[in-house]
Amino acid sequence: MTISLRNVLLVVGVAALYILEGSTTFWIFSGSWDSALKMLNFALIGAIMSLGVNLQWGFAGLFNIGIMGFVALGGLATVLVAMPTTPGAWSAGGWQILAGLAMGAITIVGAVKMYAYLPKGWLRNLMTFALIAVGFFAFRAVFDGGVAGVEAINPAATGYLGGLNWGGENYKDYGWLTVVAWPIGGVLAAGAAWIIGKTALGLRSDYLAIATLGIAEIIIAVMKNEDWLSRGVKNVNGLPRPVPYEIDLQNDLGFVERAASWGLDPTSASTLYTKMGYAILFTVFLVALLWLAQRALNSPWGRMMRAIRDNEVAAEAMGKNVTARHLQIFILGSAICGIAGAMMTTLDSQLTPTAYQPLRFTFLIWVMVIVGGSGNNFGAVLGGFLIWWLWVMVEPLGLWIAEITTAGFDPDHWFRIRMEDAAAHFRLFTMGLVLLLVLRFSPRGLMPEK
Amino acid sequence: MDFLNAIVAFSNYVLVPGAAYGAQLALGALGVTLIYGILRFSNFAHGDTMAFGTAMTIIITNGLLALGITFGPLPTALLALPFGIAATCLLVLFTDKLVYKFYRKQKAAPVILVIVSMGVMFIMNGVVRFVIGVRDIRFTDGERFIISARDFKEMTGLKEGLAIKTTQGITVVVAIFVVIVLFWFLNKTRTGKSMRAFSDNEDLALLSGINPEKVVMVTWMIVAALATTAGVLYGLDKSFKAFTYFQLLLPIFASAIVGGLGSPLGAIAGGFVIAFSEVTITYAFKKVLVYLMPDSLEPTGLVQLLSTDYKFAVSFTILIIVLLFKPTGLFKGKSV
Repeated sequence: MTISLRNVLLVVGVAALYILEGSTTFWIFSGSWDSALKMLNFALIGAIMSLGVNLQWGFAGLFNIGIMGFVALGGLATVLVAMPTTPGAWSAGGWQILAGLAMGAITIVGAVKMYAYLPKGWLRNLMTFALIAVGFFAFRAVFDGGVAGVEAINPAATGYLGGLNWGGENYKDYGWLTVVAWPIGGVLAAGAAWIIGKTALGLRSDYLAIATLGIAEIIIAVMKNEDWLSRGVKNVNGLPRPVPYEIDLQNDLGFVERAASWGLDPTSASTLYTKMGYAILFTVFLVALLWLAQRALNSPWGRMMRAIRDNEVAAEAMGKNVTARHLQIFILGSAICGIAGAMMTTLDSQLTPTAYQPLRFTFLIWVMVIVGGSGNNFGAVLGGFLIWWLWVMVEPLGLWIAEITTAGFDPDHWFRIRMEDAAAHFRLFTMGLVLLLVLRFSPRGLMPEK
Repeated sequence: MDFLNAIVAFSNYVLVPGAAYGAQLALGALGVTLIYGILRFSNFAHGDTMAFGTAMTIIITNGLLALGITFGPLPTALLALPFGIAATCLLVLFTDKLVYKFYRKQKAAPVILVIVSMGVMFIMNGVVRFVIGVRDIRFTDGERFIISARDFKEMTGLKEGLAIKTTQGITVVVAIFVVIVLFWFLNKTRTGKSMRAFSDNEDLALLSGINPEKVVMVTWMIVAALATTAGVLYGLDKSFKAFTYFQLLLPIFASAIVGGLGSPLGAIAGGFVIAFSEVTITYAFKKVLVYLMPDSLEPTGLVQLLSTDYKFAVSFTILIIVLLFKPTGLFKGKSV
């Protein structure tokens, strides 16, 4: 990237937004470093997701609006890796569940192969259908038994298989496992992306969009319903953390002394310390991914991708395998979203399937990419920071607007109450407005592709 | 007798709700398909257009009720519907002028228009929440049932009852009426014919002197009417909640694509295909099978193929199957 004055100003401007939030109570800012760091942590995750989407849309022109699904899969990976194994769950039905799933997979693969090899005709359709029907009922017979066994184990607290954490009671001592779970979240998302890409990537853009939207909904539906996997809507709470607990820090004399020398009380020092810990971890991942994405963009591979994006027919005529390249970049981009999803679940310390909303986890990320500048990695990251700031600050901003527009009214005048209620709904409206304004007046984003 | 009971149970739980849901989806899918045919993009703001129209209708219904006006045994919302349609018309025409027209003039790629419609979706979603909030709202009044389960049992002496809600009856009747009017308009009137010509071949239509802006305007007005009607019917039948309408986008798109994007007839067929498969696959068939099987073979489980929460998965799976085996949909749609 050439360092232009405009880009420097943009970066400084966005950084200033976060610093102001921490340092001043002026206007809509809260003047709390705690809130600024919290915002920064989510922005870092948002920037990583935005990087992933930029890879798909900016490099290759793939229109994926199923980001939420990959993010959720990443979150699932955190649970599957970092939570303790539920005692007895595997023997009570875990293996049976796996056997059932394997049977289901064999049925599907068998049906696909059978359809491919049998000669065309009604016999082929009938036999494929029969195989699927028989396979489905066999799968349900095996699978349901296993599920019942697992879900019967102490349903109020566990009732699921648990993860791979071998710590048992002391599983929270193995907090570093969550960081291991991040790349695994990426792998899980990549696996899902492979299956989706194999079936849906041949479709043209609108169809791919609908297909990915649907798959994301299905992934969330599975996570809400399959209690044996992640407790469904009962949520998994108390995930271990890669950073120390506030309470441990407050009981640590050395830490309290050091905090005092900085002029901080132990409570706020400990929350700042943990949030800083997360911020550093996330920044390391963001920088690493950004570096990789930047290398990819400037490599021959990146040039080929852009060539395919700009003219598929010409690229194909040059002997490039468009479908394979699309699949490749679809998997890579989705994997990055999975990593970000795993980070987010770690930061929340819980997995809440109902919290996954497409507006927040899919369309917001798209706003980040478009506003930042599709095709430019730095732009996508910048967009992530800017839009996340806006997403958080729109509420105080709305209250401020409500305040100045209703300054002359009684506190219980209907107009005032209406405006204060409305401040909460201001968020989606603003996001849409920003997206439309950028698309109209600066369609290449704030930091355009070169 | 057992056989009759089984049929009645099946109609009560699958056929009647499926038909009503199918009619609602079909109306929604018609809107999507018309936009795709004329304006050539997938409109992601369609669910929120439906929500806006319904919100307007609810507000006007409340106004009418406050004035003491009701529609007798029918829901008052039907009286308010024309006003709701008018308000939605104004909104979409305003949106078109302010947003879409610019990209149409530029001849922007369809995918850009889809992203633009995402922005419109955000804004409309915000407007709806601003106007009416996020609560679950029921606005059905008048008679609840055309025929209630108990009356049916007394009339026929069967063990199973068949309940038909007024809203289900209205849904099907209104949908049939709307579809007849729409097809008459598209096939018999001059404007309708110019719309079809424009959809088939834009350049040729322009050469023969069709005014594209007029075609686009009429399309938006029809879409507003269809979306509001679909939204109000869905809301009457179930309830109104801004977020549910956003989620309807998926089955509606599935219907339009399964039928063949750009084909009105396909949208209707697609709506019913999706609705019936969703209801059938997530229905627990125990109640029906109890009557059909001999006692010894009676099912012990619920005989439910998939739990109800997977209804999205059903519409989606059908979508994928159709796309893989018949990419243009059941009725030949377009592909861009």
